[in-house]
Amino acid sequence: MSTVPAAARRWPSQQPVPFLILAAIAWLALYQLLAPMSETLVSALPIQRASHLGDALQFFFYDTPKVLLLLTGIVFVMGMVNSYFTPERTRALLAGRTEGVANVMAASLGIVTPFCSCSAVPLFIGFVQAGVPLGVTFSFLISAPMVNEVALTLLFALFGWKVALLYLGLGLTVAIVAGWTIGRLKMERYLEDWVRDMPRTKATVREDALTLGERIDAGFASVREIVGRVWPYILAGIAIGAGIHGYVPEDFMASFMGKEAWWSVPLAVVIGVPMYTNAAGIIPIVEALLAKGAALGTVLAFMMSVIALSLPEMVILRKVLKMRLIATFIGVVAAGIMLVGFVFNAVL
Amino acid sequence: MDVKVLGSGCSNCRTTIALIEQVAKARGVPIELQKVEDLQQIMSFGVMSTPGVVIDGKVVHAGGVPGREKIESWLAGAPA
Repeated sequence: MSTVPAAARRWPSQQPVPFLILAAIAWLALYQLLAPMSETLVSALPIQRASHLGDALQFFFYDTPKVLLLLTGIVFVMGMVNSYFTPERTRALLAGRTEGVANVMAASLGIVTPFCSCSAVPLFIGFVQAGVPLGVTFSFLISAPMVNEVALTLLFALFGWKVALLYLGLGLTVAIVAGWTIGRLKMERYLEDWVRDMPRTKATVREDALTLGERIDAGFASVREIVGRVWPYILAGIAIGAGIHGYVPEDFMASFMGKEAWWSVPLAVVIGVPMYTNAAGIIPIVEALLAKGAALGTVLAFMMSVIALSLPEMVILRKVLKMRLIATFIGVVAAGIMLVGFVFNAVL
Repeated sequence: MDVKVLGSGCSNCRTTIALIEQVAKARGVPIELQKVEDLQQIMSFGVMSTPGVVIDGKVVHAGGVPGREKIESWLAGAPA
């Protein structure tokens, strides 16, 4: 970006509306060109198109730019949306509300409020201090990392909108129900003592009125940060997916991740708990597994488990929650995810 | 100018510190940069998303790495 003259770099934020219109058109045009471009690329190489290698390469050349294009677009839009929702505003919206409704709101807000897992603890405490009920805070904490735009975009890019919508719906359900359940269990006494002793605060919001231009800058920053961080994982993941797509025989995975193996859902969830990758790293592999016969419910459960229950986050939360509450948290969420997996496998 | 960066040690917090140091050096502004990792201290500022930046006791930023222009505007107010 340092080679682009400063005036050109400032143009998007100074002429926000023309920029947004032009960007949308350019994006759509590029998207339409992807399939023909990938075929052209493969036919230009000295290999048989109908071979395993040809299949794998076409998959790779089509999916890599497709995923990157989709991701850039969606992360940019979400970056702009996030600028409307700060943790402070979310907290103010949730403080003192009755549970039930508040759980639904918290889970939904978790999708659009910017969240970095290192902020999990300050955020948790800030919510508790302002009087947001414990269960509601948990609904937020479950949905925020799990139902994120990267996961949804990749699911949409590789499996279509139905699967993405399903992940969204089920993810929200797990967040709402698990949070509400934890609230019912009245586990406030399992907060670390120093947290409970913290003074109550009012849920104030610093109103920073941003211009549309500044929100566009936020979008760009989001793209640099997120896409800039995950693109190697995407490339690697799609390469692996391409390899599986081209080379692994159809029913190999079905044998141990297929519907008949009832133990595959709990196993998938349990394997997922200690694993932690960002959504980008795991989805392309998930895609290849699905294409080779693994049951959708099992695979979604695995994915949710990897993202929602991450060991690093548990370690961080240990500073504010006593072991019993952490164990309850993991247990309730894992159970919810397993239920999702079973129901899904049974229904489809 | 007393600058505190609040954060529990993730990469965004480190980037913020490096960026602030860079800008301060480039502008020749003397600052006392302190990294606050202790949770209770971070909470005492009422910051909910890290990295947070506190200048002379006032919270000027919370959440995400601050843009270079923002950092420059903070330092611009300092006596040279």
